[in-house]
Amino acid sequence: MSPKKPEGCAFLIGEVGSEEILTPEDFTEDQRMFAQTAKDFMDREVFPHVEDLEKGDFDKLVELLKKAGEIGLLMIDIPEKYGGLQVDKTTSMIVTEYLSKYSGWATTYGAHTGIGLWPLLFFGTHEQKEKWFPKLATAEVIAAYALTEPGSGSDALAAKTKAELTEDGEHYILNGSKMWITNAGFADLFTVFAQVEGDKFTAFLVEGDREGVSTGAEEKKMGLKGSSTRQLNLENVKIPVGNLLGEVGKGHKVAFNILNMGRFKLGVGTLGGGKRTLKVAVQYALDRVQFKQPIANFGAIRSKLAQMATQLYCLESMCYRVAGYMDQSMDHLDSAADDYPEMVMKAIEEFAVEDSIMKVVGSEVMDFVADEAVQIHGGYGFSAEYEVERIYRDSRINRIFEGTNEINRMLIPGMILKRTMKGQLNLFETIQKVEMSLAKSEAPTPPPQGDDPSLEFERFMTEEAKKLVVYCANQAIQKHMADLREQQEILMDLADMIIQLYSMDSTVGRTLKLVDTQGYDSTEVHRAATLIGLSESFQIIRNRGERLLYNLAEGDKLNAHLEAFEKLTFFPRIDVISLRRIVADAVVERENYPF
Amino acid sequence: MKILTTVKRVTDPDMKVRIQPDQSGIVTEGVEYKMNSFDEYGVEEAITLKEAHGGEVVVVSIGPGAATKELRTAMAMGADRAILVETDADLDSDAVARVLAEVVGREEPDVIIMGKQAVDSDRSQTPQILGSYLNWPQATFAYKVEIEDGWAVVGREVDGGTATKRIKLPGIISADLRLNEPRYASLPGIMKAKRKPLETLTPDDLGVDIAPKVKVLNYEAPEERGAGEMVDDVDDLINRLKDEARVI
Ligand SMILES: Cc1cc2nc3c(=O)[nH]c(=O)nc-3n(C[C@H](O)[C@H](O)[C@H](O)COP(=O)(O)OP(=O)(O)OC[C@H]3O[C@@H](n4cnc5c(N)ncnc54)[C@H](O)[C@@H]3O)c2cc1C
Repeated sequence: MSPKKPEGCAFLIGEVGSEEILTPEDFTEDQRMFAQTAKDFMDREVFPHVEDLEKGDFDKLVELLKKAGEIGLLMIDIPEKYGGLQVDKTTSMIVTEYLSKYSGWATTYGAHTGIGLWPLLFFGTHEQKEKWFPKLATAEVIAAYALTEPGSGSDALAAKTKAELTEDGEHYILNGSKMWITNAGFADLFTVFAQVEGDKFTAFLVEGDREGVSTGAEEKKMGLKGSSTRQLNLENVKIPVGNLLGEVGKGHKVAFNILNMGRFKLGVGTLGGGKRTLKVAVQYALDRVQFKQPIANFGAIRSKLAQMATQLYCLESMCYRVAGYMDQSMDHLDSAADDYPEMVMKAIEEFAVEDSIMKVVGSEVMDFVADEAVQIHGGYGFSAEYEVERIYRDSRINRIFEGTNEINRMLIPGMILKRTMKGQLNLFETIQKVEMSLAKSEAPTPPPQGDDPSLEFERFMTEEAKKLVVYCANQAIQKHMADLREQQEILMDLADMIIQLYSMDSTVGRTLKLVDTQGYDSTEVHRAATLIGLSESFQIIRNRGERLLYNLAEGDKLNAHLEAFEKLTFFPRIDVISLRRIVADAVVERENYPF
Repeated sequence: MKILTTVKRVTDPDMKVRIQPDQSGIVTEGVEYKMNSFDEYGVEEAITLKEAHGGEVVVVSIGPGAATKELRTAMAMGADRAILVETDADLDSDAVARVLAEVVGREEPDVIIMGKQAVDSDRSQTPQILGSYLNWPQATFAYKVEIEDGWAVVGREVDGGTATKRIKLPGIISADLRLNEPRYASLPGIMKAKRKPLETLTPDDLGVDIAPKVKVLNYEAPEERGAGEMVDDVDDLINRLKDEARVI
């Protein structure tokens, strides 16, 4: 690992592969052991009970949480000081990936150990932590996070729930209702957001057994039937002031930071779900015979399998890269210091753009993979007898919760803009490169493809994409300045470009490292997936870039833009069809995600 | 009581095994490894016996350096210390037994508990061969183990039923599936295992020549499974089993 402290959005500035990134191939022996335990837990405890869980057997779900607690799966993020393990982020994410192979359980586990536990971890007082952590670690107490309300979803800060300080200053009285609360059916401890004195958005800890706390009926959902989702009603609920979480009026800090981390976790979770789905799909394709042969022999099916594997490879490269960065930036922190949680949060906040990217990509890759898995199953994929039917329904919510993909897409360029304005992100170097390219009279000539362990072509393509993205972003900023925030259509296109660039940069970075450590010949499938990913990302970037420019200017000005655009881009002649055959062969041969 | 137990690092049985084009072995690239599942029963039994009778559990593996993962897993479950006899060579059961015999000579355990076979090579030979080298009594395929006054009473799975055998210790027991339910390598256990001692030796250190006496000539994948077929009803099924498959 490079000794330099990693910075968010580095992929917009540095040259691809110039910084060493963490890849799954680097996982340590300990991390693999954690993964094995998580896998064993899924195989032995969770998968045998999916049918009951889907029918809403939440006693079983609670029992599973307790069992998970017994083997330490709930104490991963809890500090040692409070009886936990406090392992690194990478390990925590590996466990999340493995535990996410069944969504009903993943959501329950995620709500308890993630958005349920983190508010306390980062904002709780010593007394609060001492009181709750040991019980959260064993699932004697189950946690939930109550932000959303019937009238406020994306606009979370507009919550109407009220908290009034009693005259003696000893208690708060809470009134209001919260909507869509995961784990509400059996949770004992809720992080509740409410307005104090009208508009001071504030977080509180509310015990489930307080008088006036009640929950509605189970929501009748499209998917995630193996998790509990209910409305939470608070009617004159009296809680001691000691239950205040963080400061009065600083609830937004709690809400947004926790969502940030939740997005990262969701990205990794979809990776686990996606790999499971690919495995189920390829096994079905090998079993199902039509026209006297397994449908896995057909090119149309194989290209789907290749595409699924490729997108998961790119997602995986993105996820663990960020996990590695987070660990690197926390490495030098003193875990015994009082401000440790705050420092950790800062380190995580640094990667808020990447978190949003992973949330968006993860949820969309998962939906794509689920959709193709159903297609591979044909009519049987439409039958509740098959796992993919449930996977398809379960997948859909990922694009909606933890901030809808629209909200997250808008956040991506928005946060980059903010970082640039604050001087936290220096795009100057990249803009300079763009100008140098534009000063030349001709479009660049790409280096030859293939037979090159330095992956020059792949790196070249990524660098060209980088210039293109920065050029378009710069034009959008020049034209709209601060008003850019209101130009949602432009923001969405910019977000797509940035997302694809991050995918290219992470995937090439990983494959480069692999070629270096494992040799050129033994990384054929990795290289094929990388090129397919690059080709598709590049097309999206070109497409969105063009669309933006047509909107940003007209007449001569547009002509000038388009001329510049042509200088910054080229037609990468990538034979995606042949490359897909390589990846598909690997998927079929291994009957699994092949990386 | 000192209990010696063994673990083998094997390819994850959940993964599809692929054969090298020249049939010399399996493809190891991209393969995941884990502890042989019969050894999990052995380790569990060793730890349970230690919990009941006190003493120490020593876990041994013979194999590549990466097998430290399986040894640490056994220690995460509760074994006290580990010995790795490191070698990348292909081993036959006899070589493994001779290496183990040397380790036993050093450690002088009261009882040895092993998996009845490894799920990769499926030979089911090592415990028996080791028994003959040590000249110790053995009880294979155990589904139940009790230790009393220097004897082990072992319930054994045999064809068509069970049998009970009483062996004088020191002796060798090999574990079958029904013996117990192996505990998890808990996450706190994994953290603790990091601090437990792991000694690395080589076959040379033990003075054992591991050159194999048995050589595998080639590996072949089983024939591809044919496609399934849907039948209309039970009568159709019976007819087809009679006329086409000729099995009834
Ligand atoms: C199964 C499930 C579990 C959940 N668990 C929890 C939980 O544990 N805790 C919790 O607090 N919440 C939870 N939620 C709530 C979830 O976070 C919200 O549903 C989500 O934030 C979206 O809010 P909304 O449903 O009100 O949609 P809305 O905010 O009404 O959005 C509707 C549409 O409008 C778009 N939109 C909204 N605002 C803008 C804008 N400014 N610009 C452009 N487009 C916009 C959205 O992208 C979306 O497409 C859960 C929801 C579900 C379904």
